[in-house]
Amino acid sequence: MDPQRKRKIRLVVALSVAVLLAVALIYTSFSASTEAKEPSEIASAAPGSSYEMTGKVVPHSIKHVGNGIAFRVVDRDGGGEALPVTYQGTVPDPFRGGREIVLTGSVENGTFVGEPETLITKCPSKFTTKSDG
Amino acid sequence: MASLGSALLALAFVTALAAAALALWGRNGDRHRVDLSRRTVYAFCGLLTACVVIIEIAFASDDFGFKIVQEHSSIETPNFYKLAAMWSSQEGSLLLWAWVLSIAASLSLWATRNKLREIVPYATAVMMGVAAFFTGLMLFAPDVQPFDTVSGATDGVGLNPLLQHPSMMIHPPMLYSGYVAFTVPFAFAIGALITRRLDAEWIRATRRFALIAWTFLGFGLLLGARWSYTELGWGGYWAWDPVENAALMPWLLGTAFLHSIMVQEKRGMLKVWNACLIVGTFSMALLGTFLVRSGVLQSIHAFGDNTVGPYILGLIGVVVIGSALLIVSRLDDLRSPKRIDSLVSREAVFLVNNLLLVGLTAVIFWGTFFPLISELFTGDKASLAAPWFDRYTTPLAILLVLFTGIGPLLAWRRVSWDSARRVFRVPLVVAAVTLVALVVFTDASHKPWALALFAFAAFALAGLAQEFWTGAAARRKLTGESTPTALVGLVSRNRRRYGGYIVHAGIAVLLIGIAASSSFQTNRDVNLKPGESATIDGRTITYVKPTVAVDNEKFTFGSLLKVEEDGKLVGYLRPSQRFFRPTGQETGLISSFFAGEATSEVGLRAGPGADLWIAERPNITAVQRRVRDADQGFTACIKGGPGTPPQCKALGALMRGSVGNPGLEEQALKQVNRLQGLAATNVAKTYLTDTAPATFKVIVNPLVTWMWIGGLIALAGALIAIWPTRGRRRGALVRTEADARKEAKYREIRDAELDHAVGKLSDEDFAAVDAELREEALEILDREEGEKVPAGGNGNGSNGNGVHPREPEKVEQG
Repeated sequence: MDPQRKRKIRLVVALSVAVLLAVALIYTSFSASTEAKEPSEIASAAPGSSYEMTGKVVPHSIKHVGNGIAFRVVDRDGGGEALPVTYQGTVPDPFRGGREIVLTGSVENGTFVGEPETLITKCPSKFTTKSDG
Repeated sequence: MASLGSALLALAFVTALAAAALALWGRNGDRHRVDLSRRTVYAFCGLLTACVVIIEIAFASDDFGFKIVQEHSSIETPNFYKLAAMWSSQEGSLLLWAWVLSIAASLSLWATRNKLREIVPYATAVMMGVAAFFTGLMLFAPDVQPFDTVSGATDGVGLNPLLQHPSMMIHPPMLYSGYVAFTVPFAFAIGALITRRLDAEWIRATRRFALIAWTFLGFGLLLGARWSYTELGWGGYWAWDPVENAALMPWLLGTAFLHSIMVQEKRGMLKVWNACLIVGTFSMALLGTFLVRSGVLQSIHAFGDNTVGPYILGLIGVVVIGSALLIVSRLDDLRSPKRIDSLVSREAVFLVNNLLLVGLTAVIFWGTFFPLISELFTGDKASLAAPWFDRYTTPLAILLVLFTGIGPLLAWRRVSWDSARRVFRVPLVVAAVTLVALVVFTDASHKPWALALFAFAAFALAGLAQEFWTGAAARRKLTGESTPTALVGLVSRNRRRYGGYIVHAGIAVLLIGIAASSSFQTNRDVNLKPGESATIDGRTITYVKPTVAVDNEKFTFGSLLKVEEDGKLVGYLRPSQRFFRPTGQETGLISSFFAGEATSEVGLRAGPGADLWIAERPNITAVQRRVRDADQGFTACIKGGPGTPPQCKALGALMRGSVGNPGLEEQALKQVNRLQGLAATNVAKTYLTDTAPATFKVIVNPLVTWMWIGGLIALAGALIAIWPTRGRRRGALVRTEADARKEAKYREIRDAELDHAVGKLSDEDFAAVDAELREEALEILDREEGEKVPAGGNGNGSNGNGVHPREPEKVEQG
């Protein structure tokens, strides 16, 4: 086989492999992803399916319940109806009323039940001029 | 001072534009203009340095007239963190960006002051264009002016306690320096493309800057991982957080670039690829800068939405589109007539390693930006979590570590099967023995990915050890030195090569640490009362007693934990959680201690086998109730209701009397503080007798220490490779491009001789490669002869050796 042809075949094989991998990547990413929603959208979301909820913790709503905590969240802009949340697992240090959080979980009986170890609290200080602790 | 700062900044902006204009004006060989533009860049650097100094002085002297100081520091902030507070602000971090760029630009232009005559003007223009962009942001974009002032403030908001960590001093500047230093190779690449000077000259001139950028970025990532590891709720050392990913992507592309430029340097191939890689790396660095400022992705590094994001996005657009058009228009000049000789050669392995690194970057890019992609296609924002990233990055990382081992074993150009067999024998045996031993003696076989990584890492480490061993042996035979001396001599004479190998070894060790700690981690939450114990992964942890500390700033509730292994005491750990008053508030009701930030101090027992990591969530419900009671009691007391003790009445009267009476006010405040302090201490101390269970998060992380050790090994290797080699051959002066070209070719000849001496090249292959290289060297000398006549007036065109080695002399070995 002349080298020109050999190179062409090599290129075609490599490209096909790359395309196959890319397709697999794209396919799995759509099936493995969790939809992001704000509290007001979650109230009307399908129960049972998993969502990544981004919201703001209502001040003074945090209570310790058993080994976990319960609190309420509203939309990031402060609007929408408050959604009750329960969560068990590591609570990050900056977690408190008024802070923005990201939590993955699902709705059960009108309450958003967070999956353990998925609670992220945004660190409020960096690059923001408002202090909202 | 602030107005002086603003003036200097405005002057710096004009200076940057002037430098760019002067450089372009002198692009057709007007040396005076180019020299002037270089000096203008130095001036730009001086101006920005003055700006940084003014800001730092303001921080150090608590000048709260500066808005940046008022918002990010306070009188109480420890001095050390006052200096680091600059880059905790948006405007300060932009200033840091521009300042580091001014330093990198000055250094790179100084290093190339006698070289790359055609490329330098354009490179200057690109660097100063970027610099003017960032300086302009600080002047014209709203809310990011570092010299904004406020009036009437006597104290500042303070630096978030979470950021008061020694890493804050170095982690952000390291990352920035990494991001920024990639501007240099990018700018020279653009210059090379514009002028069609597409040989390896620009690479040779800026390779060290790429390596420095890579090292800074890598060290910044390592520090960030370490910091995150010692904090609670930051997801361990790596969480696939968008901002972490944003810093990892330019590092990965930079790694690919550092490898593939060697192929261009030695073989003149992969020019298009290299141009694309450096454009990609720089764009990724800008993207990282953009991501932390845009608020488009949800991240733990939540920096809030603000104003400069769109501008940076615009810059990225200009960079990507402009570079792409430029590369396409130069495609004809970028084609290389040469082909890779053999699939079993170092350049072929580099190509594979490049594909893996670019693939890895593509995966991370897709995952990071998936929320935006999914919104585009489905209308819903959806995100990908760590397991998705792990699924794709794990196999790629495993293959990478394998090629980390294979690459150094192969010679450039070609490798015969005989010599391949010879160099692969020992590493393969070591890998096989490791594999069998792990399967037989440990439970590693449950985790096939980790097992594969361990075997490949063993292969890589054995291969690298063999490289050092055979190299030292060859040198010993030549010089008769002892083995350690020969080893030192070998490394210091071939810093690039062996520094690189040390980096490879460090990365292999680092990946062992990551694989072991992520696959075999034990993570449990336990509730313990004082006196109780729990056994986790063979370690018995006993909650000996609660601890308390109180000062004006914070309450600290913690515990003393006893750790035993196999019934033997191995040590004590003291995890705690601290509750800060809101910054700037030293007085007030006791409950104010629970109104500010809280931070956890992790108890960490690091060891070569495994780390024991414990964070505590103390149960302070009872303490908080007593605080509330005490506060209510105090309020009632000074109100002087019925039944209050006489001291209360007196204090109440004093407080009421002090309103509008500064003399009394101080006295009253002192009294209140004393009483409050006493009460706070007493209430906090009740925690010591509390029997409520505290929650402990216990993590046993096997071999994670090796991750940090591996990282430090890689850093050491990178520093060895960066360290300047003076006079590559004794007496050789490298002043001009022609000199550099010649030196590079001599080095290649020497490399081939070393490869032959250590058995990587068979006699036959060496003869062929050596002949090729010598022919190429002669070509360079001939071309130089030809160039010399027209370049005569230049004064710098002659080679610095004084003599013309028609026949490249046999270069001193090792």
